[in-house]
Amino acid sequence: MAFELPALPYERTALEPHISANTLDFHHGKHHNGYVNNLNNLVKDTEMGTMTLEEVVVAAAKDASKTAIFNNAAQVWNHTFYWNCMKPNGGGTPTGALAAKIDNDFGSYEKFREAFKAAGAGQFGSGWAWLVLDSTSLKVTKTLNADNPLTAGQVPLLTMDVWEHAYYLDYQNRRPDYAQTFLDHLVNWEFVAANFDQAIAA
Amino acid sequence: MNRRDFLHLAAIGTTGWFLAPQGAIAESTSPTNFFSVPPLPYAYDALEPFIDRRTMTFHHDKHHAAYVSNLNRAIATVPELQGQSVELLLRNLSAVPDIIRTTVRNNGGGHHNHSLFWTGMNPNGGGAPSGQLAAAIEQQFSNLSALQEQFNGAGARLFGSGWVWLVLDSGKQLQIITTPNQDSPLMAGATPLLGNDVWEHAYYLKYQNRRADYLKAWWNVVHWAEIERRYIAAL
Repeated sequence: MAFELPALPYERTALEPHISANTLDFHHGKHHNGYVNNLNNLVKDTEMGTMTLEEVVVAAAKDASKTAIFNNAAQVWNHTFYWNCMKPNGGGTPTGALAAKIDNDFGSYEKFREAFKAAGAGQFGSGWAWLVLDSTSLKVTKTLNADNPLTAGQVPLLTMDVWEHAYYLDYQNRRPDYAQTFLDHLVNWEFVAANFDQAIAA
Repeated sequence: MNRRDFLHLAAIGTTGWFLAPQGAIAESTSPTNFFSVPPLPYAYDALEPFIDRRTMTFHHDKHHAAYVSNLNRAIATVPELQGQSVELLLRNLSAVPDIIRTTVRNNGGGHHNHSLFWTGMNPNGGGAPSGQLAAAIEQQFSNLSALQEQFNGAGARLFGSGWVWLVLDSGKQLQIITTPNQDSPLMAGATPLLGNDVWEHAYYLKYQNRRADYLKAWWNVVHWAEIERRYIAAL
């Protein structure tokens, strides 16, 4: 069974004016779709073709001969996760157990924000900024290109794509403005909290 | 000395009429101005329709400028590196103190790569190289089309941000290589002759996800006379 491109969880115009329909058309319709097609071509008629996407990501990461499979599989996973990390009228602050854990592990929600923005701005080249659960602690991390916290045994809770294709049509060189807008107007904290609840229950 | 005088002197300097000592120029500008963004050698819209004015404006005025100011800030903290050329810094990156090595690698690389990029293009570019470079290309790649196909393939396959290069390696052979992010071929002991920027910021406003189209179109603006000059200087 081939891997499939999931539909966006909202309309292509739903994140405007923060992320344009034009950006989402290319990002979802071309980039994300391209990773899905590449992955299917690469794993066709191999044992990886029957694995789950997470299994492919973790297995390919351990095999230097499978870099192309890793890159495409991880990018399929990262983008699906990223779409779900956003929603129209998102942003604001987390609530409940996640909010308490953020206060505890970062000092405050403000300190988390600063760390997350710095991770996004500081990822040189293409990559991702993350909030992860690492064992029992929340951490902000950044990864290069397709790299994904799953391969380090961490549980991804929130991600922001900082490949230039994620923001260049709307923000050009102003990556920090994109990161600020992402936190202020786009983060789907319900999704992040659900990831957190599931991770601590596991 | 004001900025206009400085530029005037610098321009005279390149003609050989007035060879200002480097130190004198450095002292006369702001103490953190070790490096500066070279002006584009043509108008922002000169490479249209292959590279658009808007892309050139952000790319030169924002991206390149940011690499230069980050590099200057780092060099300001290490007096013993002040006065070194960016080429020397990149060739001897291991001599740069740990604390600023990554900053120099990324931003020194960004400064040098982009400086080569602007002068490696020209509105009257395209066509084919001549002379010694043409002969070396024929010997190494059979013909220019084969070189271009190999170069475009390497650029298209590069995952993430980076550069695709025609370099002269330490054995004086032409070679096509790619470097991630802003890494310079100088870091590996090779001399960059011709480089194309495949960071998305180099093409996204005009070509979006179609990197292959950008790679193909870019040959229309390659300034072969300058690439040949670099080749002969590196031999």
